[in-house]
Amino acid sequence: MIRKEKICNFFIYIILIALVVLFFAPVFFVILNSFKEKLYISSNPFSIPKGEMFASLTNYTNGIEKTSFFHAFGWSTFITVGSVLVILLCTAMTAWYITRVKSKLTSFLYYMFVFSMVVPFQMVMFTMSKLTDMLHMNNPLGMIVVYLGFGAGLSVFMFAGFVKSIPVEIEEAALIDGCSPIKMFFTIIVPILKPTVITVAILNTMWIWNDYLLPYLTIGLSTEYKTIPVVVQYLMGSYGAKDYGALMALLVLAIIPIIIFYLCCQKYIIKGVVAGAVKG
Amino acid sequence: MQRTLKKYFIVFTLPTLIAFAIAFVIPFVYGIYLSFCSFTTVTDTKWVWFDNYIKAFSNNKEFLNALWFTAKFAVVALVSINVFAFLLSLALTRKIKGTNIFRTIFFMPNLIGGIVLGYIWQCIINGVLSKFDLYLLSDSKYGFWGLVILMNWQMVGYMMVIYIAALQNVPSDLLDAAKVDGAGAMQRLRYITIPMVMPSITICTFLTLSNSFKLFDQNLALTAGAPAKQTQMLALDIYNTFYGRNGFEGVGQAKAVMFFVLVAVIAFTQLRFTRSREVES
Repeated sequence: MIRKEKICNFFIYIILIALVVLFFAPVFFVILNSFKEKLYISSNPFSIPKGEMFASLTNYTNGIEKTSFFHAFGWSTFITVGSVLVILLCTAMTAWYITRVKSKLTSFLYYMFVFSMVVPFQMVMFTMSKLTDMLHMNNPLGMIVVYLGFGAGLSVFMFAGFVKSIPVEIEEAALIDGCSPIKMFFTIIVPILKPTVITVAILNTMWIWNDYLLPYLTIGLSTEYKTIPVVVQYLMGSYGAKDYGALMALLVLAIIPIIIFYLCCQKYIIKGVVAGAVKG
Repeated sequence: MQRTLKKYFIVFTLPTLIAFAIAFVIPFVYGIYLSFCSFTTVTDTKWVWFDNYIKAFSNNKEFLNALWFTAKFAVVALVSINVFAFLLSLALTRKIKGTNIFRTIFFMPNLIGGIVLGYIWQCIINGVLSKFDLYLLSDSKYGFWGLVILMNWQMVGYMMVIYIAALQNVPSDLLDAAKVDGAGAMQRLRYITIPMVMPSITICTFLTLSNSFKLFDQNLALTAGAPAKQTQMLALDIYNTFYGRNGFEGVGQAKAVMFFVLVAVIAFTQLRFTRSREVES
């Protein structure tokens, strides 16, 4: 019996390791080709870059120069971090308020937020990009406001779900002791909300960092505020000769920050994603 | 407490509500209105009743083609992703060493954005096909299966993580009792494990379904709808109707409204599914 199980596990190991190779292959492929002269990428995509094929770092310098990658990295970081912080603060406050104050207005607002989670971005993209243009919000700060608005649905929903499970007695006692609601929110509620804060932060970070269409439509290509997905598409989407060498280098550069982020908070990310999926 | 708190409405909710109005409420309501109008900019609108909706179907077959392509893709992706993810999660909940490392690796592609993913796979698929003197855009079937492979690579780890969490909650004494009673591995899977993780199967099913329907970035980066818009999915078709041709903004908005209704129907079916199961258990 035990021996049979051991043989079984051995085969599972082999399959799993084969799958690991398969999962890494695409990333490895891109890294490999990022060091290859661009002319050889389409003719010899699977060979190792050596001899005349080896391009050292020219693809990287090319790609960085063509797209001003470090600018894009900076704006991506600014928009993502800024939006996530603003979303966390504002939606936690809103969620707490509309859960604690029971009225027709607050329950209407709650259902509006839940409803907005269902609506696909294509439904509002045209009117929203025109509106943000009219309001002169086509800059990183405007983007943060837009992300707060469009991301509010999921975040409010997740915070509200958690607030419901906190016993209201703690807050009532604090109120009787003369604590103002704002002070109470920051000293009592926020510490209790911590696990949900992590979940909401991770879900929003993954969404905003990788988002392409929203920054493309609101900020566009003519400004200097392009984010990483926008510059990748910009490099390939434009007409004319496509520089696959620069693309490969850019893809590697785009993946590196994600992998570092993932390895740093891997545990929280997987937990957060599971929690988010189960509730959403 | 309610009374004290009520005075703080502005402090607690106003920032979110303003942003919510700008990014969602106003564009949504105005979008529905515009779907009944003919316009090129948002200010010169003319009410045309259902003209845009009729045009969305009658003008050319693009919308229906996109709908058909999307539905086909969604079904294939739904089945393949969930089967692979479930098998992986079964393997990783056995008592073997290194499950955490495997889990970490399989989940990783999920964090890479759609545009980047699309280009990675465009290069790989072109590389493989070039051995046979073909390339990604020679036939729409390469685009279709390319998209399926890409989505599997991205989503299997995600679904696997959800299934693992569910499988770990199946009480082991129940499985042991069944084993003692002589139930084989397949029987235990069929009569104990699968019914116990049914809620997660529902979640994953609808998650893959709605993600496949809303897919945009991957579609744009992998094939951008080529050849001849045959691999164009709904979201991309809407985008191209809006920004591809002048004078078709109204049609684009009408398509967007129908797209929204479709996605909403999927979401509410899911809600009813999960609700009815909750009542049962």
